[in-house]
Amino acid sequence: MADHPFQPETLAIHAGQVPDSATGARALPIYQTTSFVFDSAEHAASLFNLQTFGNIYSRLSNPTVAALEERVAALEGGRAGLASASGMASEAMALMTILQQGDHVVAAGALYGGSVTMLAVSLKRFGIETTFVDANDPQAFAAAMRPHTRAVFAESLGNPSLTVLDIAAVSDVAHAHGVPLIVDNTVPSPFLCNPLRHGADIVVHSATKYLGGHGTTLAGVLVESGKFPWDNGKFPGMTDPSPGYHGVKFYETFGDFGFTMRARMEVLRVYGSTLSPFSAWQILQGTESLHVRMERHCSNALKVARFLKGHPRVSWVNYPGLPDHPQYALVQKQMRQVDGVPGASGLLAFGVKGGLEAGVRFIESAQFMSHLANIGDTRTLIIHPASTTHRQLDAQQQLDAGVLPDMVRMSVGIEHVDDILWDIDQALAA
Amino acid sequence: MNTMEQLRRVLDKNHTIAVVGLSAEWHRPSFFAAKYMQEHGYRIVPVNPRYAKAGTPILGETCYAELTDIPFAVDMVDVFRRTEDVWPIARQALQIGAQCLWQQIGVLNLEADALAREAGMDSVMNRCVKIEHGRLFGGLNLVGVNTGVISARRLGARP
Repeated sequence: MADHPFQPETLAIHAGQVPDSATGARALPIYQTTSFVFDSAEHAASLFNLQTFGNIYSRLSNPTVAALEERVAALEGGRAGLASASGMASEAMALMTILQQGDHVVAAGALYGGSVTMLAVSLKRFGIETTFVDANDPQAFAAAMRPHTRAVFAESLGNPSLTVLDIAAVSDVAHAHGVPLIVDNTVPSPFLCNPLRHGADIVVHSATKYLGGHGTTLAGVLVESGKFPWDNGKFPGMTDPSPGYHGVKFYETFGDFGFTMRARMEVLRVYGSTLSPFSAWQILQGTESLHVRMERHCSNALKVARFLKGHPRVSWVNYPGLPDHPQYALVQKQMRQVDGVPGASGLLAFGVKGGLEAGVRFIESAQFMSHLANIGDTRTLIIHPASTTHRQLDAQQQLDAGVLPDMVRMSVGIEHVDDILWDIDQALAA
Repeated sequence: MNTMEQLRRVLDKNHTIAVVGLSAEWHRPSFFAAKYMQEHGYRIVPVNPRYAKAGTPILGETCYAELTDIPFAVDMVDVFRRTEDVWPIARQALQIGAQCLWQQIGVLNLEADALAREAGMDSVMNRCVKIEHGRLFGGLNLVGVNTGVISARRLGARP
């Protein structure tokens, strides 16, 4: 009999965690320890040589953190995962495992601001250049390729632009050039979209958002598909003997999880952006209800989007779950169905009639919707980018970044939808 | 395709493993795998004409040139050789009464696989014995690999 294929709802609860082998504890123990004893000098040597699996020091690996890594890898349909202290740290690790001085990246233009800064400013200081292109146009990715391009980076669902990436088309472009497609899948979460199934090679998450889901804890995870041919001649770091690891060849030795092993041993171990076991445990409590929460986030957000669409004080609504969204066909193709319609996550944007002043007034008049700079919480969150996150930009720069003066971004929570609609309505009336 | 149940049974009942193509160089994948299996209670029997001729033991075990030179019973034959070289190894595995023919990652000789199955042997292709042991008995889960194990039981005891 073939192995039973488990559904994401089951993986969200069980993947990565069986009862503790030492104690039988059913829930995941928090292994709050920096270090692990060696059975003998020979055992220590085997561990340091990567010849046996096991723990040495929690900067490299920890059993509680490993449960999170495997769970997200399973939810994404990937081969292996690696956690870190934040989504930004995971994105940095994915890029730093691939890139070296002189390399080039092609990235979607409408990315989260922190990702833009990493690529356009921080990595540029180390001699890595990035070309930003229109995320809606796969041909723009192709046109930006250079001989030294080594990665393509994009978001499955843009934040805050809500641009939907054509993952299959852009992965075809990347693969035609022999480079991997890295997709930030934070906004859909692995429950609504699995970029690896559409051709992406690496997924990164800010687990702080929907995976954790409760606005308590920072974390990041990267996942590799196990399918990218790292021996195509463009990635000597994956195939040549590692000077940092006594000549181990990561791709030859670890095969379809060689990328994750190299990220762990040559980036996480060296740069140290490790996730604490307690934080991993917090995120794992969140993942156990990921599917239930995401379904409610989606159904609430769709009702909010429809309500806003018909509201006299709202000038426009951008929600990929509305059938008039320009990329609705792509949403139907790439996102899981929730209640018979594509689940488009809980993030939406809309314009308040009256411009910047009206946008600010709306935010300040909300009763329980929280004014803060996060997404993916159980609570409904709102922010007015023009007066906060994008305040340092002038009017034209804001427009270039897709931030209109009247734009409000909302991360719709899982409170009762009637209460959310009430708070929106009273704040718009203020 | 081998199911988790089949692989668990193969690794549970076969304790003496002849490793064909085992290298004595510590950073080679064959050495990684054999050392790991030895540390987890299996007896490793090196098979490699180069080291056999020189009389060099590997992992403290006498190295033989051919499977048919081994003077005691072998449970499993683990192959670190090119796909096109597997057929005669499979014939010898059958001849010495091995219970399992295991072809490592990237080794997929379909004729050898069919030969082993028709003879009633277990046959595994394109998998690493170390990775599968770590996946099913614990270890691989410590490095974030998606093991596919969903269970309300502790990971099984090692042999």
